[in-house]
Amino acid sequence: MTIDTLSLTAEAAQTLLGAGEITAAELTRAYTDAIAERDPEIHAYLRQGDSPDGESGEGVPIAVKDCISTKGLETTAASKILAGYVPLYDATVVERCRGAGMPVLGKTNLDEFAMGSSTENSAYGPSRNPWDPDRVPGGSSGGSAAAVAGGLAPWALGSDTGGSIKQPAALCGIVGLRPTYGTVSRYGVIAFASSLDQVGPMTKTVRDCALLYEVLAGRDRNDSTTVELPEPVTIPTADSLSGVRLGVPKELNDADGIELGVKASVEAAITLAESLGADVEETSLPRSVEYGLACYYLIAPAEASANLSRYDGVRYGHRASEPSDLSEMYERSRWEGFGAEPRRRIMLGTYALSAGYYDAFYGQAQRVRTLIRNEHAEAFERYDALLSPTSPTVAFPLGARTADPIAMYVADLLTIPSCMAGLPGLSIPCGLSEGLPVGLQIVGPQFSENRLLQIGHALETALAFDVVPERLR
Amino acid sequence: MSIEHDDVLHIARLARLAVPESELAQLRSELGAILEAVGRVAELDLSDVEPMSHPLDLANVWDEDELQPSLERDDALSNAPDPHDGSFRVPAAGE
Repeated sequence: MTIDTLSLTAEAAQTLLGAGEITAAELTRAYTDAIAERDPEIHAYLRQGDSPDGESGEGVPIAVKDCISTKGLETTAASKILAGYVPLYDATVVERCRGAGMPVLGKTNLDEFAMGSSTENSAYGPSRNPWDPDRVPGGSSGGSAAAVAGGLAPWALGSDTGGSIKQPAALCGIVGLRPTYGTVSRYGVIAFASSLDQVGPMTKTVRDCALLYEVLAGRDRNDSTTVELPEPVTIPTADSLSGVRLGVPKELNDADGIELGVKASVEAAITLAESLGADVEETSLPRSVEYGLACYYLIAPAEASANLSRYDGVRYGHRASEPSDLSEMYERSRWEGFGAEPRRRIMLGTYALSAGYYDAFYGQAQRVRTLIRNEHAEAFERYDALLSPTSPTVAFPLGARTADPIAMYVADLLTIPSCMAGLPGLSIPCGLSEGLPVGLQIVGPQFSENRLLQIGHALETALAFDVVPERLR
Repeated sequence: MSIEHDDVLHIARLARLAVPESELAQLRSELGAILEAVGRVAELDLSDVEPMSHPLDLANVWDEDELQPSLERDDALSNAPDPHDGSFRVPAAGE
């Protein structure tokens, strides 16, 4: 039978496999064929993985963001400093996917060390948006998002620090879940900002998202920040939102820079939620949005400057040629190996942590973070979830923001506050603006994934968004 | 907020980055602009607010002390730029 990778969901693929209508090798081959056909244009992948011989697993294959370690398969975090680095072990999330029978299709592109919102910070060239190849797929998990949207993977692993799953999912018209901090192991995931980093699923449907989250989630003794889930993952079936209390924070919905088309699409989805039975009310997160971005761009670079100190040219990674002494080796290896954005963030983070500035910058940002957490906690006394656009804009043209770091940072304005608070967030496609997908962000309290997935599934069913990019139909 | 030429050199030294002379001016201007944007956190009086370092209330996570296999020496050296005699070789730290 013909396998249409553009429209096939992972769940449907599982059903076909289970019924014996296709073999795992045929399924994986369909994706490697699609990659050969379309990835020269999209550049979702940095390299391919298991050969499609059916021997690497009997399940639905998966694409893995290249900041996640894969044993025996080069892993670079899209940085020159890790060119040629071959992990000696699988990340726990990869091990869990392999345990569930999923072959690894390949490693997807990202902004270097997951620092960016467009994949244009990749040392290996940007990925392109399957809806319009002149536009970015978002980032940093842009390769994973483009792979799923472009029919080059049935589902993918992304990672998220300040919006790196939800924002590219929104820009590529797919579903992305950033789980509650602590629910998914980061063992073997190349660290960026450890108090924020999370791994999560990127999929075509909310049910696929739940199926993959079920595989990934749970305590891992190799990551002491992980916890057991308070309840098992449920695969959503709801088509009603009766009794669900939804808050619409005005600062997240009226922020400067939200495009009119994005606003209209999200407002329509909120109206639809009401018609499905939800109680919808406007609410407020006054300081979370006003100070969230500033808070994030102190805390994340500070943690990054510490995490990235391990790249010193000694044990792995790039080493400068013929250094005269040890200090010069460190300093030249690091300057040569890191691209512009990691250099900037390491410098910024080092400054924010340095003597004389620590209290004013890093310490103050940690206090702002408490405010953000408290504001969200108060909102969740009244609401089950909060709705807003995921991204202020639809996918922007390649090159439009690369000259101005701050213009790029603003892409994460609406995703950052809930990340700072450690909260789960789901992005689902809710419509088109100017022919490009718009994402609806649904944020809940800690460990509320099951409810977010139920809300997302009910809305997705009613919205009936076609995830196949128009130009590829 | 402004950041001085010498500040950039000082941070580069702390961060172990060999910033070339030709790149200093641009880095200084980019860092200045970013610090201007993020420095607004100072507007708030938060002297009575506890800092938040982590989203979960976890403390002292213990596990059984079980012997686990570790990497073989040759494997641990397999990604090294200059493995030598079972070790990571580096240039001399000084004269």
